[in-house]
Amino acid sequence: MTLTATAKAAPRAPGTGSDDGRAASLRRTWQKLSPYAYIAPFLTLFAAFGLFPLLYTAFVSLYRVELQTSGDMEWRGIANYTALFTDEYFWTSLRNTFTIGVLSTVPQLAMALGLAHLLNYKLRGRTFIRTAILLPYATSVAAATLVFAQLFGRDFGLINYALGLVGLSPVDWQTGTVASQIAVSTIVVWRWTGYNALIYLAGMQSIPGELYEAAEMDGASRWRQFIHVTLPGLRPTIVFTVIVSTIGATQLFGEPLLFEGSISGGISHQYQTLGLYMYEQGWGFFHLGRAAAIAWVMFVLIVVLVGANALVARRRARKEAGR
Amino acid sequence: MTTLAAQPTAPETVPPTTPRGRRGKPRGARGMHGGWLSYLILGFALLISAFPFYWTIVAASRSNADLAKVPPSLLPGPNLIKNFDAVLEEAAIGKALLNSFIVSGSITVGTVLCCTLAGFAFAKLRFKGRGALLTLTIGTMMIPPQLGVIPLFMLIAELQWVNQLQAVILPGLVSAFGVFFMRQYLVQSLPDELIEAARVDGASTARIFWSIVVPVARPGMAVLGMLTFMTAWNDFFWPIIALSSQEPTVQVALRQLGGGYVHDQSVIMAGTLLGTLPVLLVFGLLGRQIVGGIMQGAVKG
Repeated sequence: MTLTATAKAAPRAPGTGSDDGRAASLRRTWQKLSPYAYIAPFLTLFAAFGLFPLLYTAFVSLYRVELQTSGDMEWRGIANYTALFTDEYFWTSLRNTFTIGVLSTVPQLAMALGLAHLLNYKLRGRTFIRTAILLPYATSVAAATLVFAQLFGRDFGLINYALGLVGLSPVDWQTGTVASQIAVSTIVVWRWTGYNALIYLAGMQSIPGELYEAAEMDGASRWRQFIHVTLPGLRPTIVFTVIVSTIGATQLFGEPLLFEGSISGGISHQYQTLGLYMYEQGWGFFHLGRAAAIAWVMFVLIVVLVGANALVARRRARKEAGR
Repeated sequence: MTTLAAQPTAPETVPPTTPRGRRGKPRGARGMHGGWLSYLILGFALLISAFPFYWTIVAASRSNADLAKVPPSLLPGPNLIKNFDAVLEEAAIGKALLNSFIVSGSITVGTVLCCTLAGFAFAKLRFKGRGALLTLTIGTMMIPPQLGVIPLFMLIAELQWVNQLQAVILPGLVSAFGVFFMRQYLVQSLPDELIEAARVDGASTARIFWSIVVPVARPGMAVLGMLTFMTAWNDFFWPIIALSSQEPTVQVALRQLGGGYVHDQSVIMAGTLLGTLPVLLVFGLLGRQIVGGIMQGAVKG
């Protein structure tokens, strides 16, 4: 049966006509409905475990909900939010999320760009190199953090030992605010640089070769080709990675949790992120309502940051086009 | 209304993919050979990538006292089996490994199936609300699921699923990315004529799905499966909330290890090594495909 035929067939009122007509109308109904059968498994799960929790978070954030008796909800209005905004640790974790985000995202993407540029050359064993560079991405947050926590050990850590070899004094990677944030960021950078390098490489390979040939004919050096051909061609990819990294940085959780195994993110909250603060409120202090308020703040933060990114990207693209 | 879209008329959310691969002439930088400096820098990068793995092996095979020595020993020692035994006993890593296989395996099979079904419908079938549903799916792709964790926990608590594996498996099946990925894959690799021809021959949609769509989609399903398995194996936030040390996955057990219950650093590293080995194995076998999948996804996404 062709589709056009089905479409042209006049709709027949169900229940009228012969058995044959009834069968045909049943078949038509099924044909109309069957696509929904294909999306139903995904859609059901998506609604129950994806969409509902996201939306319901806003609702829960207006109630007092305790971890042990999460069925009982008591209306609090915006009290969870006011409690949040008067808690100094909220501001500390907001600040930490921002500084750790910058410390991890900027070097990560810059190095990934450089590596991708090198990977774009003709290389011996390039499959091996690409696979090996992606290895950290295959490691879990927990495993990576446990290993780095040991490497960053104050007394017996390998990193302090290496610093000693070149004549530097050992750093207390746990207690110092800047030091601990650098250590936590290092884990993020280690895990994601290779991944981003491959994303950039894929972007670079889709830049038409003619552009490079033209640039070469104009006598542009390799460096100028990189600046004037590669970077503009890579802009959408760069915007994409910046957005993904920003979202990742906003919800950073596992690294600061396992760096010392404390839910307060260090003795004076020196590297507690918003994600960890939310966990502490919800599962350390049993305030699920307050935790939901933090989740909602994180959501708004992500929307604002992604929006700002997109805005800057669009403005730059327009400027470029106007040139 | 027709069941099959004659042409993919869905809102184009993705720019048409540019043809990739080698096109005759070498292009720009890609045609040039890397100099010794490129190899030097890349070699250094690989060293940094690999060193933490090497160090895990070294630390896991030494005694705790060895790790506190100055200068530290940089070669593997004789204690690997002893440390494995210790961690199997102290942190239930054996049970955690088994649970992780169950959880990641179920999530992988379920996700690939759900996403192929839905991806096929979004790519090739026409129905009311398709555009809106697809937009909704893609729109939530960027929102981290971590933000919905509180209501999700309340739901699981209501169902009395806390500490049971289904609490991790069922939410893990939801992959907006997977649906999007399979849709893109099918839009590009499944010609409409093929489906129409089968229709003319009188094949039902279910028949078409099993004998035409699935064979064509298989490479995409494989890539999605590998990525899903790795993500599920490494998932951290939700499992540590929904499960505990009584019914741990590997990541929950590692959290326990790092939480100060075990003080012996070499035992902690032995646990880390055991928990990481399965993904490393998958990666060693299928690394090339995973690299390909990520780069493909980057161009498509």
